[in-house]
Amino acid sequence: MALIRLNNVGVEFPIFNAQNRSLKNKVLNLVTGGKIESRAGNLVVIKSLQDISLNLADGDRIGLVGHNGAGKTTLLRVLSGIYTPTSGECTIEGKCVSLINIQLGINHEETGRSNIKLRAAMMGMRPKQIEEKIEEIAEFSGLGHFLDMPFRTYSSGMQIRLAFATSTSIEPEILIMDEWLSAGDENFKDKANQRMAQLLDKTKILILASHSRELLEKNCTKILWLEHGKVRMLGETSEVLSQYFSRSEK
Amino acid sequence: MLKNTLFYAGFQDVLLASREYWLPLALAWQDVSVRYKRSAIGQLWLTLNTLIYIASLGLIFGTLFRFNLHEYLPNICAAILTWNFINTSISDGCLAFINSDSVILQVKLPFFTHIIRTVARNIIVFGHNIVIYPIIAISVGYKVNLYALFAIPGLIFILINLLWVCTILAVLCTRYRDLHQVVISILQIVFYATPVVWDAKILPPTVSPLLVKLNPFYNFIDLVKRPLMGQLPYASEWLFCGTLAVFGWAIALCVLGKYKHRIAYWL
Repeated sequence: MALIRLNNVGVEFPIFNAQNRSLKNKVLNLVTGGKIESRAGNLVVIKSLQDISLNLADGDRIGLVGHNGAGKTTLLRVLSGIYTPTSGECTIEGKCVSLINIQLGINHEETGRSNIKLRAAMMGMRPKQIEEKIEEIAEFSGLGHFLDMPFRTYSSGMQIRLAFATSTSIEPEILIMDEWLSAGDENFKDKANQRMAQLLDKTKILILASHSRELLEKNCTKILWLEHGKVRMLGETSEVLSQYFSRSEK
Repeated sequence: MLKNTLFYAGFQDVLLASREYWLPLALAWQDVSVRYKRSAIGQLWLTLNTLIYIASLGLIFGTLFRFNLHEYLPNICAAILTWNFINTSISDGCLAFINSDSVILQVKLPFFTHIIRTVARNIIVFGHNIVIYPIIAISVGYKVNLYALFAIPGLIFILINLLWVCTILAVLCTRYRDLHQVVISILQIVFYATPVVWDAKILPPTVSPLLVKLNPFYNFIDLVKRPLMGQLPYASEWLFCGTLAVFGWAIALCVLGKYKHRIAYWL
């Protein structure tokens, strides 16, 4: 049973080195980003998120949309438990894996095989689980003898294959993604999409931030539209997306 | 009641990290093993540097101040090796969170994991460097006896203390980035003020011996140096380091408990 409950969550960043704010920045601020405020003692804070309330349970697939700087990444980090909200309440239950950077943990000097282990360990797999899965991951990556070569000798397509194969071998309850995982060349694409579908089937809650309408329509049942760190709209996929995209096009 | 204290919050972080101890150990191992890629002797290059440093320093100082090299060389070797371990652990510890920022911002791990990784990496390096001691001892014909084994519990005492020092410094240095440079300067001063290359016996009578006796770094180094030199460490030194560990840990757990929710914001 996985569960996410946010109650009036707010996130404020202290910016210790921003002393002056120019008028130009103030104007730009109206167009993008959260609110920059100056607190007593000249400490500048960025209000990245304000008053976010959200309830997610098993089976929910939620998409995040919003302009650059609307607070998507910050919200993803709150949902992964990395940022503890500065105001409001936040309850997250369930094993959470975030696939924001699928190459995290990979070392370019190590061989493919040890990188599978490193990457898997970074996602919270235990040594025993890794041993069980490594053959399957190695096979799926289709890298054959290259697995015993250093990662730096791989072409970028091969690097993605290895990272993809390892990253999708997890079984999270809550899955957090920033854009879809792309998987290199055409031959691999079908296999990869199939594997992504399997991963999503096993996932209880999906949180996907994306700019792609097609992707969101296909995978999400709910959409959260963030603007200036606040919830602009939360509702059915088709409804929110049609409003969001019609506004963007103007 | 207890569950709401800062101490408990810090304790929980340490407990969670210790339960998954294999992860920081594997990462630390990998940190060092990467140095062997594309280099036949890898980490041992640094050991070689240390050997040259100790040998030349020992010979020059020993000759200048007319020390008995037979005893002075092993003495300064044991002291410098231990000092280097403490020194690099602390200065690395300052950067424990800053260097792992990409991990911290993507994966929720107990913060103490990064501290274990840093200290474990330095232990592995120390394990490389310790081979210098027998080399020096044999080359000057100094007899090492079984008391040398007492260096191991001494090392564990140092370790327990380093972990709390690094925890506090890692938190503070993430918030105040300049602090790392300050720590490096302080360590430099400590190196000169602590009997590492000089002996505590040559202290002039006008200076209180307490200045040395109450120096934690002197006590740490002695815990490893004396056994390596074939003498039992003083019980008072064990007691001193043990007491320091208890108080240090209490503070470290509170600091960690208080600020662990802020660390990600500071990165």
